[in-house]
Amino acid sequence: MKDQIIFENVSKFYGEVLGVNRISLAIPSGVTALVGPNGSGKTTLLNLMTGLVQPSSGHISVLGLSPGSATEFFSNVGYCTQFDSFPRGITGWQFIFDSLMLHGMSKAEAARLTRESLERVQLGDAANRRIAGYSKGMRQKTRLAQAIAHHPRVLVLDEPLNGLDPMARAESIALFEELGRQGMHLLISSHILDEVDRISDRVVLITGGYLIAEGNIHQVRQEVREKPMQVFIRCDHPEVLASKMFAINHCVEARLHADGGGLLLRTGDIDQFYSALNAIAAEGLVKIEAVAPADDDANAIYQYLIGSDGSAL
Amino acid sequence: MQQTTANLQKHFAQQPWGLWWVQTWRLTRMEIRRNLFSWRASWIYFIAFIPAIIILTHLLMDSHPSSAMREDTDILAAIVQFYYIRLAIFFGCLGIFSRLIRGEMIERSLHFYLLSPVRREVLLLGKFAAGSISALLLFGAAIIADFALSYVGFGAAGRDYFFNGPGLGQLEGYLGIVVLACLGYGAVFLLLSMMFRNPTPAAMLVWGWEVINPLLPSLLQRVSVAFYLRHLMPVGVAGKGIFALLTVQTEPVSGWAATLGLLVLIAVVLFYSCYRIRTLEIRYTTE
Repeated sequence: MKDQIIFENVSKFYGEVLGVNRISLAIPSGVTALVGPNGSGKTTLLNLMTGLVQPSSGHISVLGLSPGSATEFFSNVGYCTQFDSFPRGITGWQFIFDSLMLHGMSKAEAARLTRESLERVQLGDAANRRIAGYSKGMRQKTRLAQAIAHHPRVLVLDEPLNGLDPMARAESIALFEELGRQGMHLLISSHILDEVDRISDRVVLITGGYLIAEGNIHQVRQEVREKPMQVFIRCDHPEVLASKMFAINHCVEARLHADGGGLLLRTGDIDQFYSALNAIAAEGLVKIEAVAPADDDANAIYQYLIGSDGSAL
Repeated sequence: MQQTTANLQKHFAQQPWGLWWVQTWRLTRMEIRRNLFSWRASWIYFIAFIPAIIILTHLLMDSHPSSAMREDTDILAAIVQFYYIRLAIFFGCLGIFSRLIRGEMIERSLHFYLLSPVRREVLLLGKFAAGSISALLLFGAAIIADFALSYVGFGAAGRDYFFNGPGLGQLEGYLGIVVLACLGYGAVFLLLSMMFRNPTPAAMLVWGWEVINPLLPSLLQRVSVAFYLRHLMPVGVAGKGIFALLTVQTEPVSGWAATLGLLVLIAVVLFYSCYRIRTLEIRYTTE
């Protein structure tokens, strides 16, 4: 329990408006993507986790700590919020340095960590300029630098890729990957599913304040049984493979690729599908070059479970 | 009982007092920097120093015979009681202290503090200390300037009044009143800013309460900052005309009782503020 983020039956109501309802989660270390449409309760969940709002019922603990014990909690947790605002008249350096000084560290240590975090987000050159003059992307980087500056064990990121140009997005994703590899807990809420999908080990899907699914992305995908899985296969005789596969009743669709060198198949039973594919390959009628799931990602899961309009299916 | 006392002592000894002290001090310094060195504070500088400008004009334009010293002393006492306590410090503290929490919520920057490894009570007390020091620096400096400008025109007689007469004691008295006024109004406005989205209407009610306070029953008079300050004035002000309403003689209170009463009032308000900040939520969309 002390190495996980735990939500136990957590609900939050804003008056009569539902924020989140009866959320129970156990998030281990690694990168977890929090996915859901606007107003689904993602930010509420992150704010509950960090004590910015209090749960109406239920209990939350982060590595065994509660936000009520602020000193210990926020030494271990960094939160890059979505709020695009800063204290007035402050420079990027001063903002991060001041926040580190509140940890009780020495000036020299705070200065070292400030420099390090600003360099990590490629903001070293603009450090001494006022934040009011920063672009949206630079402000986003500043918030990220402040969240990671004290080397937290848990990093919570609310839409961290918003406002970043493609280059900065790539740099941020590389940074998240690196932090995830270092064993940090990363909880990322994002709409940019394609990019988050590359670095996430797990996904938490939420809509309308309710938890829809959570867990390893591949496991979650397999549990969505009413949506046949798509598999792309590169081979030398796709039409032969298609006819063989259609003989199996769980294969519901086959589409030849435009270049004639592969096909996309949809199947209702992925385990049987792979067994049949092995058998066909063993017969030697078709030479299979590559097999890859085509909808085994956060984006597809989002579409299947929540739908493009944001309503849970 | 002994077991409970021992447990409490152990609990208190285990708390990171050193860290809390460092955090309070650093937070206070940051906040003072923001309170005093900002264009938004310019109106508070103005209301603090406008009497000094008027007294300076009087110093430059009018003659200062020794016989006028008594009159100038009374005028200075009236400025402190009617202008500083009832208007300048009241509204200056409203500006300074309501910005500390509510202002940060309006600017959507309070969450940075709530996400720092600082206990919320330490955060509140650090901000209160910063607000108090900022207000004290401004209004204390203004009172000293007013006092110096009031007596410098009298030359040797003025110096004698200050160093050998009652002058120094009066200045100490005024500064003591400024300290208590800043702490008292500061605590009230800090709490109001956490209770109300716009604390100004509530502050105006407090102001009205302070104005009619001398006319209230004895028990209700004690729930007031001005009540205690009035009893600490080193120079009495005789009200005439409309000012008579503001100088109604109330039940006498000794200096130490007035100071203690005010400090108890401040402690109660701060204690309740600490409770409020424990449950404070960040919901900027409702601001």
